[in-house]
Amino acid sequence: MKKTILILATLAAAPAFAADTNWGKGADDAAFKAMVHSSFREVGMATLARLDQDATQAFCSDPKHADDKDAAKMRAKIEAENMASIKWPSDGKFLGDWKAGEKVAQSGRGLTSTDKPGQVNGGNCYNCHQISPKEISYGTIGPSLLHYGKLRPNNEETIKYTWGRIFNAKAYNACSNMPRGGHMGIITEQQIKDLMALLLDPQSPVNQ
Amino acid sequence: MRRWNFALAAVTAASLLGAVGAFAEADKSIEGIEKYREALKDGNPAELFEATGEELWKKPAGPKNVSLEKCDLGLGAGVVDGAYAQLPRYFKDTDKVQDAESRVLTCMSTLQGVDVSKYVKAKWGSPERNDLNAIATFISGMSKDKPVKVSLAHPKEQAMFNLGKRMFYYQGGPHDFSCSTCHGQEGVRIRLQELPNIPTPKGAASGWTSWPAYRVSSGQMWGMQWRLADCFRQQRFPEPIYGSDVTIALSMFMAATSNGAIMATPGIKR
Ligand code: HEC
Ligand code: HEC
Repeated sequence: MKKTILILATLAAAPAFAADTNWGKGADDAAFKAMVHSSFREVGMATLARLDQDATQAFCSDPKHADDKDAAKMRAKIEAENMASIKWPSDGKFLGDWKAGEKVAQSGRGLTSTDKPGQVNGGNCYNCHQISPKEISYGTIGPSLLHYGKLRPNNEETIKYTWGRIFNAKAYNACSNMPRGGHMGIITEQQIKDLMALLLDPQSPVNQ
Repeated sequence: MRRWNFALAAVTAASLLGAVGAFAEADKSIEGIEKYREALKDGNPAELFEATGEELWKKPAGPKNVSLEKCDLGLGAGVVDGAYAQLPRYFKDTDKVQDAESRVLTCMSTLQGVDVSKYVKAKWGSPERNDLNAIATFISGMSKDKPVKVSLAHPKEQAMFNLGKRMFYYQGGPHDFSCSTCHGQEGVRIRLQELPNIPTPKGAASGWTSWPAYRVSSGQMWGMQWRLADCFRQQRFPEPIYGSDVTIALSMFMAATSNGAIMATPGIKR
């Protein structure tokens, strides 16, 4: 709650953005907040605190901000902040086991009101991406990742970019539809390593 | 109309089956589709819920032992025919914009003297919620084949629409999801499920005009309140309170955006 107020205040301080968040009659900040805060109840892990936004979420909740020219500077700022949050692998090893990675990519479990705390979360990757050629039940919100490693130079840049993307997609595209898996604690460092192997290991079915 | 609905559903099922059939791994989807085809053979099971809903509507109940037949769904006391197609709308007596489901709660309270708090607090799938779903299904069936005609003339109706639009884009939770993440583009899917692009008239209509719907995969009848609650669950949000303003606002956004589309209620889904 406090966080929301803080963010609204920050946004109000930047007049260029306060002016273009006009949702029409009856949907001003006060009315909207009153509606949101009276309409939900906590169930399990899905607490009311989840309704509070960080700066990225607040900015990206106006669809104009995703591609408006006027918002380019703010997008760059948000990307830089998200970039600074990326944690690189603590032991310097980027690639784990692609078989384990396939399981993480398949699972869409975790963090809903009906999930149990402490269970292993999934990456949701197949909900949005084609990945292994064997899985034909894939979503299309994100681009196909089939042959991901094969199509890219096998160098440090590719490895760091891919890690960064999975850890915090908003570092590369402020209002990406892709969740910030590492940054938000959805998946663990080991799970990211395994996903990296799924995408980049020459032995992975993705690159066959 | 009914036959046309089934034919369309059968084509969808058949094309899914074709796509999936070539690959052995998608066994779960096949099982789901088999159930879907089975259900279609005998007609839409939603009809059973319509019949139950009609019974509940006409049966005297509650401390006052009266039926819901005098309920005003917006077209005058006792008029059910065509009412669903014009909801949500502003009601003078409650000074609120209400959808069919929240309006039924109002009538249960005022006409029957029922304490509706237990219906609001109940879990999805509980007898209380099943009754509300059946009643909503009955009401929606009485608007089948009618064009959606939702008014934004009252300031509170316009405000609800604007609030619903804003909510549609509101991101939060660990995944940064909003409705728009999944329903804001043309022609995308989650796994094999096609997602309507809700801010467009066509996308809004595909979502709005086919609920309440019988869901073959779960064997349950879902009203729009349940549909929205489950999407909020997938969004990793807390649970929207039954009949709360967030649910009405989103319904208003979808209904008014689909104005003119033809109601195909109750629907049947995978
Ligand atoms: C809700 C949908 C969604 C989910 C879930 C998702 N992604 Fe993405 N992903 C996207 C979108 C959209 C893009 C395109 C770039 C952008 O808009 O930011 C993308 C881009 C990527 C890219 C960069 C592709 C390129 O060519 O540069 C990688 C790598 C990637 N995703 C991996 C993953 C992995 C691994 C997971 C599972 C942990 C995942 N994604 C989960 C939507 C998603
Ligand atoms: C993480 C993805 C996701 C999010 C976020 C999401 N939905 Fe959905 N929605 C789905 C999927 C998948 C379906 C398909 C039905 C199913 O679950 O079987 C669906 C179905 C629907 C339908 C029925 C569509 C039809 O054609 O029958 C409506 C209406 C809808 N969603 C509205 C919303 C609204 C409003 C929100 C925001 C509160 C929302 N959804 C958020 C994934 C999502």
